[in-house]
Amino acid sequence: MSELPHSAAQDAGLTVNSAAVRDADRRAILLLFGGIVVFNLALFAVGLWRPLAWLAIVASFVTLVLVCERIGRMVSPRARSAYERSLAFGFPLAVLALWQIAGDTGMINTTWFPQPSKIAAGLWDMIVRYDRLSGTSLLGRPWLIPEAFSQNGLAGVWALLSESHVLATVSRVLIGFILGAVPGILLGVVMGVNQTVRLMLDTTISAVYVLPKIAIFPIVMLIFADPFGEGPKILVVALAVFILMTINTMAGVRGIDKVYLMAGRNYGANGWQMMRHVIVPGAMPVIFAGLRIALGTAMIVIISVEFLRAKQGVGFITFYYWEVLNPEKMYAGLVVVMLLGIMLTYLLQWLQRRMMPWHR
Amino acid sequence: MTRANAVAMPKILARNVSKIYPTIDGETVAVKDFSLEVADGEFVCIVGPSGCGKSTFLRMVAGLDDISAGSIRVSPGDEPGKPSNSVVFQEYAIFPWKTVIDNVAFGLEMRGVSRTKRLEVARYWLDRVGLAKFAGYYPHQISGGMKQRVSIIRALANDPEVLLMDEPLGALDAQTRVVLQEELLRIWEETRKTVVYITHSLDEAVLLGDRVILMSAQPGQHLATFNIDLPRPRSIETINGPRFAEYRAMIWEKLSHEVRRAMEQQQ
Ligand SMILES: Nc1ncnc2c1ncn2[C@@H]1O[C@H](COP(=O)(O)OP(=O)(O)OP(=O)(O)O)[C@@H](O)[C@H]1O
Ligand SMILES: [Mg+2]
Repeated sequence: MSELPHSAAQDAGLTVNSAAVRDADRRAILLLFGGIVVFNLALFAVGLWRPLAWLAIVASFVTLVLVCERIGRMVSPRARSAYERSLAFGFPLAVLALWQIAGDTGMINTTWFPQPSKIAAGLWDMIVRYDRLSGTSLLGRPWLIPEAFSQNGLAGVWALLSESHVLATVSRVLIGFILGAVPGILLGVVMGVNQTVRLMLDTTISAVYVLPKIAIFPIVMLIFADPFGEGPKILVVALAVFILMTINTMAGVRGIDKVYLMAGRNYGANGWQMMRHVIVPGAMPVIFAGLRIALGTAMIVIISVEFLRAKQGVGFITFYYWEVLNPEKMYAGLVVVMLLGIMLTYLLQWLQRRMMPWHR
Repeated sequence: MTRANAVAMPKILARNVSKIYPTIDGETVAVKDFSLEVADGEFVCIVGPSGCGKSTFLRMVAGLDDISAGSIRVSPGDEPGKPSNSVVFQEYAIFPWKTVIDNVAFGLEMRGVSRTKRLEVARYWLDRVGLAKFAGYYPHQISGGMKQRVSIIRALANDPEVLLMDEPLGALDAQTRVVLQEELLRIWEETRKTVVYITHSLDEAVLLGDRVILMSAQPGQHLATFNIDLPRPRSIETINGPRFAEYRAMIWEKLSHEVRRAMEQQQ
């Protein structure tokens, strides 16, 4: 009986307490926010902002984190995910806005660091422009597809698509990725399972792994009848992906807990069943971690190859606009590379969810 | 081979089995000169201090580990196509990438039993250990005790000649443990399978076993055999009988000495 009033009092105490905390948080937010604005304005007024820019930026960032943490404590659990999303997208947007303002007010050199609005305009111009000289465009002018189809059928659509820089890069990456990943995973499994093969190949694989793939590109070019065609570009991507996937898959297979192999054997799995039911799924998490890294490597390799030797591709167009001193469009090219990276990563994550439903 | 012959011959015959692991600082003798005969339909429990080589011996019987010296023979049964043995691993070893029901049906799947048939068998066993609701779950979504039950019925669903169980109830809470001990007794009375059962619990060993084998501290050697002449069918009530307490005291007297020796060894 005596427990009841006690715990009720405790509850009341707790409520009062959390309300007090809430009030304190609210005051702290106002104080911190006001403080940092005043601090920046004061520095600005006395003309010290520019020499102390780093200090001001770090102080502002730290204060912003403190403010957001207090706001985060006040959001209800229901609004939690919305809050987290606005933090994840809001901060980069805020940085872009600041960049824009800094450019507009002449605080940074817009010739080399053009504002986001200029980059966006450059990107838009690249999308709509068709370069007659090289016969290329960024996306392949998709708005012309219906017209081209009615005039020339599929051949017309194909002609449009083959003028696209983005498609050229994406197809090189995807084809190279698949041509490298599939044999890489197969060899990795074999090397993980068979000690003899592992001993024979491990040193070579490790040696080739550390070679910058761009350094062997000239040799790769020599293999092909048309050294300036698509073959060498795709092969060099495939090679990079192949080596990475071999190493990763081997590590994944060797990392499988012995007890699963014993269970598979004890319950009568033959060689093929062992592969399908134990080894491949057991190594799958490491394989997908490897695929993600390999995707990044594939992008690096293809963009550098396109810098060097290409008449088409996102890397080519980025480097071209650098050479003709058009920074806006060079940045736009980098933006396209990043967008491609995001899209391909999402694709991989979707594949992972499909193939590993047991993963949290 | 005639039926009479088969009965007379032990189901499992292990003769002077030794296991030596090569390690960085010399050799570890895990099992030394261990002999064991298990008759067809017998339930044999092995107890011994931690690290004495029980799991190692079980793996050798299952054919999952090489034997350094001696021999082990598991007689084939009359039914062709029946698996010779199924292990319940101390670490469960249920596959994280398969659902609970697919784990239970794994042995049948490997033998090419049709999907409907094997899922039916798996569902029957899930029902018996109270996991029917969790059929579609993945192992990371169920508790440790549930995983252990899944690993037990994966072996039972496989319907082998010999069941090799390595502390199958080790991770269960006391209450679930009692319930499952009863369930195991009932299942065994129904099937009369040959079982080798490793446990740390003397109660469990005396309750379940026809014989209790005591293993010495490392290197694991045969120390003593106790025939448990308690009437069948047994139930959890058996624990309260006076003879039960006698058996347990008798075994504990020998075992406690070994456990102390093992702990000193490991220091
Ligand atoms: N792969 C291995 N390499 C080297 N030594 C091993 C290996 N496996 C087991 N051992 C050693 O063999 C001995 C017996 O191990 P085992 O796992 O069979 O013990 P156990 O009786 O099952 O113990 P517990 O009751 O704790 O499960 C231990 O001393 C262990 O260190
Ligand atoms: Mg063990």
